[in-house]
Amino acid sequence: MADTNTLQYTAKDFKSDQEVRWCPGCGDHGILASLQKTLADMGVPKEKYVFVSGIGCSSRLPYYMNTYGFHGIHGRAAAIATGVKIANPDLMVWEMTGDGDALAIGGNHFIHAVRRNIDIKILLFNNEIYGLTKGQYSPTSQRGLVTKTSPFGTIEEPFKVGELTIGAHGRFFARTVDYNLQLSGEVYREAGIFKGTAVVEVIQNCVIFNDGVHEAITNKEFRDDRTIVLRHGQPMIFGKEHDRGLILDGIKLKVVKIGENGITEKDLLVHDAEEANPGIHYMLAGMQYPDYPFALGVIRAVKSQTYDDAMIEQHKQVQSASKIRSVDDLLMSGSTWEVE
Amino acid sequence: MGKRSKVIERDAVVIRFSGDSGDGMQLTGTLFSNTSALFGHDLSTFPDYPAEIRAPQGTVGGVSGFQVHIGHKQINTPGDYPDILVAMNPAAIRANAGWLKPGATIIYDTDSFTEKNIQRAGYKQDPFAEDKIETLNLIGAPITTLVKETLKDLDIDPKTVLRTKNMFALGMVYWLFDSQLDYTEKFIDDKFGKKPVVAEANSMVLRAGYYYAETIEALTPSYRVLPAPIAKGVYRNINGNQATAWGFLAAAEKAGLKLFIGSYPITPATGILEELALRKDLGVKSLQCEDEIAGICTAIGASYAGNLAVTTTSGPGLALKSEALNLAVMTELPLVVVDVQRGGPSTGLPTKTEQADLWQALYGRNGESPVVVIAAGTPSDCFHFAFESAKIAVEHMTPVLLLTDSYLANGSEPWKIPSMKDLPAVKVPFAVSDDKEFLAYERDPETLARKWAIPGTPGLEHRVGGLEKTKKGSVSYTPENHEYMVRMREEKVERIQSEVPDLKITGDKNADLLVIGWGSSYGHILTAVTELKEEGYTVAATHFNYIRPLPKNCEEVFSGFKKLVVCELNNGQFANYLRMKYQKFTFTQYNKIQGLPFTVREIKDHCITLLEGK
Repeated sequence: MADTNTLQYTAKDFKSDQEVRWCPGCGDHGILASLQKTLADMGVPKEKYVFVSGIGCSSRLPYYMNTYGFHGIHGRAAAIATGVKIANPDLMVWEMTGDGDALAIGGNHFIHAVRRNIDIKILLFNNEIYGLTKGQYSPTSQRGLVTKTSPFGTIEEPFKVGELTIGAHGRFFARTVDYNLQLSGEVYREAGIFKGTAVVEVIQNCVIFNDGVHEAITNKEFRDDRTIVLRHGQPMIFGKEHDRGLILDGIKLKVVKIGENGITEKDLLVHDAEEANPGIHYMLAGMQYPDYPFALGVIRAVKSQTYDDAMIEQHKQVQSASKIRSVDDLLMSGSTWEVE
Repeated sequence: MGKRSKVIERDAVVIRFSGDSGDGMQLTGTLFSNTSALFGHDLSTFPDYPAEIRAPQGTVGGVSGFQVHIGHKQINTPGDYPDILVAMNPAAIRANAGWLKPGATIIYDTDSFTEKNIQRAGYKQDPFAEDKIETLNLIGAPITTLVKETLKDLDIDPKTVLRTKNMFALGMVYWLFDSQLDYTEKFIDDKFGKKPVVAEANSMVLRAGYYYAETIEALTPSYRVLPAPIAKGVYRNINGNQATAWGFLAAAEKAGLKLFIGSYPITPATGILEELALRKDLGVKSLQCEDEIAGICTAIGASYAGNLAVTTTSGPGLALKSEALNLAVMTELPLVVVDVQRGGPSTGLPTKTEQADLWQALYGRNGESPVVVIAAGTPSDCFHFAFESAKIAVEHMTPVLLLTDSYLANGSEPWKIPSMKDLPAVKVPFAVSDDKEFLAYERDPETLARKWAIPGTPGLEHRVGGLEKTKKGSVSYTPENHEYMVRMREEKVERIQSEVPDLKITGDKNADLLVIGWGSSYGHILTAVTELKEEGYTVAATHFNYIRPLPKNCEEVFSGFKKLVVCELNNGQFANYLRMKYQKFTFTQYNKIQGLPFTVREIKDHCITLLEGK
């Protein structure tokens, strides 16, 4: 990427002239603001950013970014973004998607992008509902949710974004909350810097059709007691009083109170986002309140070769060995004969 | 080599290799074709194989065939019916019995005519009698026994021994045509280089077959087909899928763009993806996607980012791609979608040919959705039309649908190799950053194409997408703007007509009958009409490669004829398209929907019926 010292942007430079049309109070406003601020500080030239999206409320975001943008069709953002990145690996590609877009109609593209480890950043706005079509259940809706298409409650199990990502061989998974601009900025930046498919689940509130769905973990009164922010190299500690933590008990995680039963901070697990073995990351991503604190921050960030880099490397290898340098060479290669 | 008692000189001969799908008939046919081409014959081939990789052994459903038509004159089709049939088992007799020339020669493996195989092929006892072909020139050879005998001293497993049977048959056919064995022997050496004993076995059996044919002398008369008087130049054999892939490579090089292909394997289109996956030496970015939709969507992303992007598929895959194809219509990005048509609907006849995706190509999308539709006519001109499709897509900022089909994809013919310097330039309408605000949908006044602004270029940041846009690129639901943009997209595609070559007429422009074809029926119609003319009929032919937009002079051409007949391998899709476009003419239609190309005979017979007013 470009020289980072000469670029002086502010969030305003990333605001397009389009009127933002999300509902007042929608969590998307916070996501947009936080992204614009983060990008301004990333040191990447503005013309290198491409925002790709599918369909849904989340997918309107590219229109509001004064960068290159592509508003795709429902579910296909990951495929479009893949094409953009492979065509021009010099670009920094961000995909904006939602729980319906990425995990229902676009589930196939999502898992395969993650599996290939294409260097794209996927922000998945998870409000557990279809908002743009006015309130139907989504693949992340909790079992039993009553919506217009599940008037007696859903009878299906939801996907958990982190489990799906790690299950698809994901190397980067992080989580943040729409209104938490500081944590979001931190997480978006980490995703931006990471080389590979970076999945960020943004816990987002749909103020109209699923208002308060994340209330149990996002309410200011108890959020510190019900969430844990994971940071690489730091002990897994949480709570308003910083008095609780996580340990490994047998093969399961366990919440403990520091000071009780002789537990000290030294007994707590230290977060290692870079560990390739997905075991602990999978458990952390799956933690649900009330049994566990809900995990935020960068849960997994394991370096490995990206698809786009591997393609460049393979091209170089083949090119150094091949005698074919032009189409003329190709046309004349193999079995030919001359008619005189 | 041996002295021949009787040699017949022929202008053209059709040979069909036929056996179980595991018998190696495709390879045998290809080797024979290449040997013929190197000798200087003009030729055309048609592989015809079952959808199952290994259908039950010995059954008619499992028969795999490869037909090749070689000639001293110009060859435009793989031939209607074979003069020589190589049948590796009774099922191959059953599959071909109805499709042989009078007086044809059948070379068959007598060892495979066991009671079990005869019954499995659906016969009671005597295949030749039961199919009433016992009067043909039947040459039985105990191929299995002879192969085993030939290889008895080699240290080689019995399975590999039996796999060389096709080489014995090929050796016999080579003797029949007094052909050289060196091309095939070199091929064997290259293919089995790492297993010298297998290479040796194949070569020994090939020669054994050749000498056997010489010894038994039963194969007389043998044939001589002189080299064809073809234009000077360097030639190679090429099939339609390879030619399509190479046409895109040529266009990318001429445009100075990287080539991107996003595709999903599907018969019979996969060969294009395979061919381009090989070409990393030329910088091709090939991506085998998770599905058809990802194929086109990655291509659209790559196009947005500035690559020459293509996606390849067949009918069922095109159906899956239709929503995304409209995204390319709406975002006005260059994209080529290749539909290698096969028999439909649904999974249909995956390995058989048909021209029944025409309406899907023209109309199979929501909303007003104009795309350019082009159809190639022969295996080798897939190169030209792939090149043209890419050139039009880029220069006019539009998706282009290129129709080929199973017959073109797998059929091959000698092709005079072009030089890149002789191909036209591909001019890329890049947007250039200046002081003015970049308007994403500002159009070239002549072509109505918008400019291509490549991400990474400072100052051209813009947003596109599937929602209706204004000239500036803002989302708009304004009624007048929508109608304006619909008309602009339509007009942009229609204006391409100025670059479409005029229709040509083969024959008299005021003949009694005009035979109209499009796409892959070119060779059969041309041959039929040429022969009819030689027989004294007043008939002409014209052929369409540009379906949308149509050539300018259609009306003028149609006006000259008393009768018009549209021949196509579907139920009348092009005929109906022409009826809609040119309502003052009466188009009759002649259709075949059997998963097979026309035969020249069928077209001739139909024309004669029309001409004689029966």
